[in-house]
Amino acid sequence: MNSCFIISQFFLIENILIIFAANYKYMPRNKRLRKIVAPPRFSGYKPYGCRPQSSIPVELFFEEYEALKLADYKMLNHEQAAILMDISRATFARIYENARRKIALALVETREIVTSTGSSYTEKKWKLCNNCHARFNKSGNNTLSACPLCSSENTVHINF
Amino acid sequence: MITIISAQENNTSSLMDSRFGRAKWFCIFNDENNSTSFVENPHFEAQGGAGVKTSEMIIELGAKKVISGHYGPKAKELLDKFNIEQVEMHEEKSIDEIIKNL
Ligand SMILES: [Zn+2]
Repeated sequence: MNSCFIISQFFLIENILIIFAANYKYMPRNKRLRKIVAPPRFSGYKPYGCRPQSSIPVELFFEEYEALKLADYKMLNHEQAAILMDISRATFARIYENARRKIALALVETREIVTSTGSSYTEKKWKLCNNCHARFNKSGNNTLSACPLCSSENTVHINF
Repeated sequence: MITIISAQENNTSSLMDSRFGRAKWFCIFNDENNSTSFVENPHFEAQGGAGVKTSEMIIELGAKKVISGHYGPKAKELLDKFNIEQVEMHEEKSIDEIIKNL
């Protein structure tokens, strides 16, 4: 295997949504859900080139993956990222910190990473208007890409 | 088609209310005859579940699109189920200004 890690298995978005729906009921009641625009496209990572170890895998929550992606891949600042995830800056900072610690732990202790839903829910089919900054989703057969508020065609998908 | 906009007051010069479940008023805009009417949200001070109760009301009113500032996950889920388009606006705009561009 040439790649650094083995991407074990790709999820189908539909499956994820079903998992979310199933988990939703059993979540702690007062825990605010964290919005993610897309779940990770893998279910885990495995180290290779090291002695096999039987240690417990590190569980990376979807919202932690999202925080890491927004801050270190999309290069957003914490404020922008917190807005996108619909959480406070302090909460974002905590999730982001946890994400980094888990990745570091996995790398240093050559542990596997497995992803889990955590306390997240997915934003689906949302678009952002670059003109008026409104966010909108499209219902049913409405497939036009123009902004429903200002009719601008300058809109982008935010489910990256 | 009916569009519902959360409003702070019951007139078209009112600003949009950015809290969906906690908005006091809803403006019902029908683009077939350009008519507007206002309905009070009885759930705006509800202890819990305001988003779900408000969504049910929106569904009963026959809306195809809702314009507000923020929807909770449960409200979104319900509105999605009934194929109601949700628009999140983060600018201070009056109902008049919003309707003008619809
Ligand atoms: Zn726009």
